Amino acid sequence: MEQRSWKAWLYLLPAILFLGLFMVYPLIDVFVYSAEEGYNSASQTYFGVGPYNFSYVLHDAYFLQAVKNTFILVIITVPVSTALALLISLGLSSIKPLRNLYQTVYFLPYVTNTLAVGLVFMILFKKTAYTDGMVNLILHWFGGNTVDFIDGPHWAKMFVLCFYTVWVVLPFKILILTSALASVKQDYYNAARIDGTSSLRTFTRITLPMISPMISYLIITGFIGAFKSYSDAVALFGTDLNAAEMNTIVGYVYDMLYGNSGGWPSYASAAAVILFAIVLTITCVNLLVSKRHVYY
Amino acid sequence: MSNQTELSQIERAARTRRILKKSFTYLMLTLWALLVLFPFYWMILSSVKSYSAYNAEYIPKFFTLSPTLQNYVDAFTTVSLGKYFLNTLIFTVVTTALMLIVITLAAFAFARLSFRGRDLAFSLFLALMMIPNELVIITNFVTITDWGLRNTFAGLILPSVTSVFYIYLLRENFAQVPDELYYAAKVDGTSDFKYLWKVLIPICRPTLITVVILKVIECWNSYVWPRLITDREARFLVSNGIQEIRENGFGRENIPAMMAAVVAISLPLIVLFLLFRKKVMEGVSRGGTKG
Amino acid sequence: MNVTLEHLTKAFPSQDRKSKQEVIAVNDFTFEIPDGELVGLLGPSGCGKSTALYLICGLQKPTSGKIFFGEDDVTDLPPENRGVGLVFQNYALYPHLTVRQNILFPLQNLKGEARPSKEEMLRKADEAARLVQIEPYMDRKPSQLSGGQQQRVAIARALVKTPRILLLDEPLSNLDARLRLQTREEIRRIQRETGVTTIFVTHDQEEAMSITDRIIVMKEGSVHQIGAPQQVYDDPVNLFVAKFLGNPPINVLTGRVAGGRLLLGDQPVLEAPGAPEGEVWVGIRPEGFRLRPDGPLVCTLRAVEVMGRDMSVLAAHPACETPTLRAIIDSDSRIDRESQTVRFSLRPNKVFLFSKETEARIPVTLRGEEGK
Repeated sequence: MEQRSWKAWLYLLPAILFLGLFMVYPLIDVFVYSAEEGYNSASQTYFGVGPYNFSYVLHDAYFLQAVKNTFILVIITVPVSTALALLISLGLSSIKPLRNLYQTVYFLPYVTNTLAVGLVFMILFKKTAYTDGMVNLILHWFGGNTVDFIDGPHWAKMFVLCFYTVWVVLPFKILILTSALASVKQDYYNAARIDGTSSLRTFTRITLPMISPMISYLIITGFIGAFKSYSDAVALFGTDLNAAEMNTIVGYVYDMLYGNSGGWPSYASAAAVILFAIVLTITCVNLLVSKRHVYY
Repeated sequence: MSNQTELSQIERAARTRRILKKSFTYLMLTLWALLVLFPFYWMILSSVKSYSAYNAEYIPKFFTLSPTLQNYVDAFTTVSLGKYFLNTLIFTVVTTALMLIVITLAAFAFARLSFRGRDLAFSLFLALMMIPNELVIITNFVTITDWGLRNTFAGLILPSVTSVFYIYLLRENFAQVPDELYYAAKVDGTSDFKYLWKVLIPICRPTLITVVILKVIECWNSYVWPRLITDREARFLVSNGIQEIRENGFGRENIPAMMAAVVAISLPLIVLFLLFRKKVMEGVSRGGTKG
Repeated sequence: MNVTLEHLTKAFPSQDRKSKQEVIAVNDFTFEIPDGELVGLLGPSGCGKSTALYLICGLQKPTSGKIFFGEDDVTDLPPENRGVGLVFQNYALYPHLTVRQNILFPLQNLKGEARPSKEEMLRKADEAARLVQIEPYMDRKPSQLSGGQQQRVAIARALVKTPRILLLDEPLSNLDARLRLQTREEIRRIQRETGVTTIFVTHDQEEAMSITDRIIVMKEGSVHQIGAPQQVYDDPVNLFVAKFLGNPPINVLTGRVAGGRLLLGDQPVLEAPGAPEGEVWVGIRPEGFRLRPDGPLVCTLRAVEVMGRDMSVLAAHPACETPTLRAIIDSDSRIDRESQTVRFSLRPNKVFLFSKETEARIPVTLRGEEGK
């Protein structure tokens, strides 16, 4: 028995080693870093222990900008993408011919490289000396004024970022919701039809409650994902996000760690801990709310 | 008789409503499909327009009459796109292979072997699932830098060879295999390792394939960690490569060549997806998240 | 409300893409169900019973033919305008709603003048609940109820809007044996009390025989026989119907008609005046055997099962299709278990002849040999 126990741990050894080194130790370390004031990464020395790093980060205009951007992004993209995914999945599950084709097309953004396709979006939205760009051309057709969405006003940049984020996250949500809808038994719909239930009522009283666990799952993971968004912004606005006023919290962490303003692991850690606290709080609130409204 | 006309009126109204609803649904779905496909169309279109033709279009054209492959040649010669591809390929294959070994062994231990502290260890593993990557990446960056592994494959690969989630997924699958098979193997004098290799892995191949597909997608698209850990072009992956191309590659305005690079980078995963459509979608709905 | 089907046909495109052949689930149904009757649609699984039910309630559209409710042609009418109540095989109760909410659901769909006041709705729901005797459970969720209770809720939900026709799809198949007996009585009682024309689908002949006013026996999309259960049992039109009804099932033997007599093996067993000469299928109900020491049917005794009220004799006969035939006789009868053979005479009204080719019943009045 003893010998077998020893063997079992041997099987676990690689996983424990890697996880310990790259997950558990860093997890503890990040809190240590965030508390060490004036840490110098070259000499690996620090002055003392205290909340100064947090205070610095919270007073940093770049961080505040990043928090603002992130919150706007979350508040817009999570409801929009969930609602849109729900509409599309409802449409998808109500048709038969061509359904597979549509499903395949809708899933394409999931398997694309965010950075690469972001570049295409940038070109579509960008206004340069040579061309107004595709989107502005369409705006022009409808009699709108042209705007530079990439280097122009903040709201325009925010719009592109939200648009691209929704475009990127939708495939996953559509996939989950379509399979959730497919798992609702046809008999429920038949029963509702025989009773003359209107489509709206069928949707609100039958479909929605039955897929509510999946919707709640999507909202929770959507919040977490949107709070951590970063590469979408890089794809559209380049690596110097602070200059573009389009940084996100995660972007701020990385910039503090490495990049033009980098070399400050303590500030990066403090920002990461703050992000973690925000995400944790929101997730808990989400869970509490969904407990009351979700039928399992 | 009047009753009968009333009934046929109801019939007609119901039919019209149904047809209207169907057409509207198809219209909306097609609209979204176009919105999804348009960027892909645009990047392919731009990648075959010649540099001069592209720049001469103040109002972008929706088609081109003289497609050229010159941009693809440029993409692979002017910048080292080929090198990025090779790096990404090595990174993806090695990471996925190492991860498979690590998670299979761990999942086997949790699912099949009994040892003291197993349940506690498994709970701790599961707790690790909740830790966001952003929190641990800072120290990992420092660790890899301290070990002098920046700009090496080891530095790129090591932090991403374990995944608690995949261990969990695989353990659940292993646990579904009936105990009798294990006892039968024991009676025949099969060693644990041989049982894992000859019985469990073949039975659970679908799940392993799912894990591989998800990991390959993840590796191919990974950007943040490679960006932190590489600053020499020789070790760039495609994501970093494309960012590099964008900022100082072809000279900012050679958009057709950039688009050629984007097409080249996007193609492998799209082909993989179209080949294994069912498997990919099933795998993602079981365990994938993005955004 | 009587229901009339006229040449009703439903064909599905074949699953197999290569062959263009269609699957005909319902083939040319023409019959009338009188007002207020409880009718059983009976047949083996996959014979198109459920399709027929779905056509009647409007969930599926027929390929051709017509459906009338009373005088109204409802063939193309959407289900909600037909005024039918349907109880699903798995009940299809909304799991997130309580029993009361489930029963109220159809009423809340009504619009305009048809929509009752809130109090009226609650009163109707209570009434339906009382009818099926589930009042104590009104505030529970379906998952907190037993199968039988869920079944009653489903019936209450179907009845609450006072449908013109009540349809039940395999209503008892998800219940255990004891509940099944109880519930089928319940369905009969509810149907009597409401007087609503009721059609139910089942593959269990005993279920259909026990409670219906009329059964419709189906096979492979076609109606084989319609009639009161006892009448169909006593006078089957073909071998399939004879085999499908009755438990234990009818014994099938190969016989021969020669000189106006029915022969099993070489023994003449019954007189068959006017029957065409040649080989025939002979169906003998288990209760059609009489133990007679000098009976013409000589069988090898295999086993005797005593089952209280009566006794089941298993015996082999060379003409029999199955290894043994089963005869049910009074438990008072004396039988020597040690003896190798057992001899029977046959009750002529429990024996049917069927054509070897078409399996259709040969219309002939059989007479006992002993009367001579």
